[in-house]
Amino acid sequence: MSDLANKLLFLPERASTFADRIDFLHYFVVGTTMVASAGVGLAALFMFFRYRRRVENQATEYVVPNLKTEFLFVSVPLVFFLAWFAIGFRDFTWFTTPPKDSMDVYVMGKQWMWKFSYPEGPNGVNVLHVPANRPVRLLITSRDVIHSFFVPSFRIKMDALPGRYTQAWFEATKPGTYQVLCTEYCGLSHSKMLAEVVVMAPEEYDNWIKEQRRGRLQDRQDALADNSLVPGTARMAEQGQKLAGTQGCLKCHSVDGSQHIGPTFLGMYDRLEHLQDGQNIRVDEAYITQSMMDPGAHIVAGYQNVMPTYQGKLQGPESAAIVEYIKSLRTANVREGASEGPAYDPIQ
Amino acid sequence: MTPSSSIAAPGAAPGHEAHHEHGDHPSYLVDGTTVKSWLLTVDHKRIGIMYMFWVLLFFLVGGIFAMMIRLELLTPGPTIMDAMTYNRTFTLHGVVMIFLFMIPAIPAIFGNFMLPLMLGAKDVAFPRLNLLSLYVYLAGAGFALWGMLNGGLDTGWTFYTPYSAHTTTTVAPVLFGAFIIGFSSILTGMNFIVTAHTMRAPGITWFKMPLFVWALYATSCIQVLATPVIGLLLLLVSAENLFNLGMFDVARGGDPVLFQHLFWFYSHPAVYIMVLPAFGVMSEVVSTFSRKNIFGYRAVAYSSVGIAFVGFFAWGHHMFVSGQSTFDAGIFGALSMLVGVFTAIKVFNWVGTVYKGAVEFTTPFAYFCGFLFFTVFGGMTGIAVATVSLDVPWHDTYFVVAHFHFIMVGATIMAFLAALHYWFPKMFGKTYHEGWGLVSAALIILGFNATFIPQFLLGNAGMPRRYYEYPERFQALNVASTAGASLLAFGFVIIALYLVWALIYGKRVDNPWGSKGYEWLTASPPPTHNFVGPQPTYPEEPHFYVDPKKAEVSDAV
Repeated sequence: MSDLANKLLFLPERASTFADRIDFLHYFVVGTTMVASAGVGLAALFMFFRYRRRVENQATEYVVPNLKTEFLFVSVPLVFFLAWFAIGFRDFTWFTTPPKDSMDVYVMGKQWMWKFSYPEGPNGVNVLHVPANRPVRLLITSRDVIHSFFVPSFRIKMDALPGRYTQAWFEATKPGTYQVLCTEYCGLSHSKMLAEVVVMAPEEYDNWIKEQRRGRLQDRQDALADNSLVPGTARMAEQGQKLAGTQGCLKCHSVDGSQHIGPTFLGMYDRLEHLQDGQNIRVDEAYITQSMMDPGAHIVAGYQNVMPTYQGKLQGPESAAIVEYIKSLRTANVREGASEGPAYDPIQ
Repeated sequence: MTPSSSIAAPGAAPGHEAHHEHGDHPSYLVDGTTVKSWLLTVDHKRIGIMYMFWVLLFFLVGGIFAMMIRLELLTPGPTIMDAMTYNRTFTLHGVVMIFLFMIPAIPAIFGNFMLPLMLGAKDVAFPRLNLLSLYVYLAGAGFALWGMLNGGLDTGWTFYTPYSAHTTTTVAPVLFGAFIIGFSSILTGMNFIVTAHTMRAPGITWFKMPLFVWALYATSCIQVLATPVIGLLLLLVSAENLFNLGMFDVARGGDPVLFQHLFWFYSHPAVYIMVLPAFGVMSEVVSTFSRKNIFGYRAVAYSSVGIAFVGFFAWGHHMFVSGQSTFDAGIFGALSMLVGVFTAIKVFNWVGTVYKGAVEFTTPFAYFCGFLFFTVFGGMTGIAVATVSLDVPWHDTYFVVAHFHFIMVGATIMAFLAALHYWFPKMFGKTYHEGWGLVSAALIILGFNATFIPQFLLGNAGMPRRYYEYPERFQALNVASTAGASLLAFGFVIIALYLVWALIYGKRVDNPWGSKGYEWLTASPPPTHNFVGPQPTYPEEPHFYVDPKKAEVSDAV
């Protein structure tokens, strides 16, 4: 029954406890709206016909409503609207109050990707892993402009504001992959700021997170503990390495420190670059992304403006992967302080 | 009542020969034919006509942008433009349509033209200020368009910070243009308020004012009270953008959400600036074509004021997912419901007006039918998105786009077109071809539904607004929407053609509807000072069509 209603209303699959709650009100509200519009429309059509003009200069009766009629006009809609409000506000309160035992994930929006980090690791870009049937609280913020985190199948949405944390929570009910969209206009690639939530069976998730936190990755986390910019999962960097090859980045940028048509990727991340216009810029995610999309914006001193734009050629996740790849090409010597040996496998 | 000599008895051949050549009292259209006599006129009717020219021109510009958006969204990927161009296009569509078309459309054109006529006045209270407001509007429009052509901006018409403070596109001139237009809005509003208070002809009491005047009065109050807020806000954002202030910038201790509060404090009531005059027009139209007094006149009049008042306390329903407190969300949600109740009173009373009437199904009445549907469905989906929990998935999706196009655009366009057709004979003394009128009305109502009903479904499916590219599963509904938009555009082309034709070759008429609205108590088109000879008397309320044989008030329903 409700599956049919969802198909008719084009609602996406219901995959969270909040979705189950909210869809009932949705049917009620949309149903009442359609019945009311049809009711008013049909009543009007009936009257247009019933009271059509029969004689050219037909006069009419002087009709005014009595108090009872006007009272009816006010009270019927008021009762319906207040009922919607009451149910809606109850559900909204439920939505804004995460259970005490929910697990936390930090979400950061930035032009144009979603970064997820778990308090005890790991981190990821554009893929959020969560267990089914466990409440998850999202602590959402933004690094630049306002974004909005939206998962249609969970029916949840919350703005990501710079300098402030907002929260939202959900409890996924079915393992599967669900799309995340950004719903607050955030600039050029707003429509490409997509991510996904991977809902895993609880045991599967426990194994996954254990795997992520174990071994080499954990060492990396420790080694970089003094740096707030923790690299993403190895998977992203590997994907970025492949993309850098297929997209032709490596034709101009070396990865072994040698100078070529463009600056080398090795040790590029977090380096202070001297620009042609005399200014300095710290190479961060924003700068690397900007250089891919608008290469002429800030040119490093000593290089020509010859790089083509990758605007439209790279998807949001792809450019993020390349950034993650460049980040993985950091050498120990760019870090300050005592070294515990190379944090990454040597470059092949 | 002794009807003044110029009102035609219903059904009788209009006595147009009698007044078209008044000799000493030519109509406002021919009283002075030099360019200067138009550009420097203080006649509210000529000012209304000049507004009509510019507002329709900007409607065309905004409409072209709308079609570009719809064409771009035909396919999931790039179709006819790149992402930056698209982002600028939807921004310009919003800015032009809201600030240059929707807000001034009905008040500045039909309000200017009809309000003094409806009050039996010779002009508005401050005729020179009235002319000034036109030029202020044009100056603002010029500024905004100049900014759009020199760089353009990509913030969306909502200009949300911090994006608008950081974007490299040209934000400041457009914001400054909107700021200037605000003054025009305030001046017109003030003029209407003072006119309604001081220039009513003897016999026109507050509760005998036509409902269009009531609606304009309520609208003007909103304009005067709310517009200064957006004016200051736009200045602040321009300053932030130009001089890197820290009003809204978090890095400097500012608050981006403060912007949203100030913005919606104006922009929510602005919705009623657009739609209240539309409600006023429809009260006149339904009454004239049902040949009935308005059912529940006082309820309709009071509900305009009620909407204007409550409209100021509902802005927070645009911000349910912006991190505002749950309590705030509850308050704003509950107050928003009251707007729905006031609108419902109007809708029921309009339908009630038809009861025991004598309906003539003309072009303006066809628009009334469309209006009724758009108002009920658009209004109730508004209540739906103000229902806090439901707004969570719907917020910033196409559901909201469809909702506000239904109520704000659908209802206003219906009223605008109804007003255009209803008052066309009044303004120009000529009539258009009724058959073409009905055909285009059908096309437009159909096209509008076909454009925006798929967008409600897109919103349900989860498609966010302002998306240049979209996942493939949304394509079918987007194609349907674009098809509908083409139908809609075609309807407008037909209207433009037959109205221009009617302007030149149209049949001369005086009061083709047999309307008993006060504005019809003078000749069509009216002479420069509105009334010639003895001033009409106003013993009855407007739209009093009572059969003398059934003269006693029947307390029915």
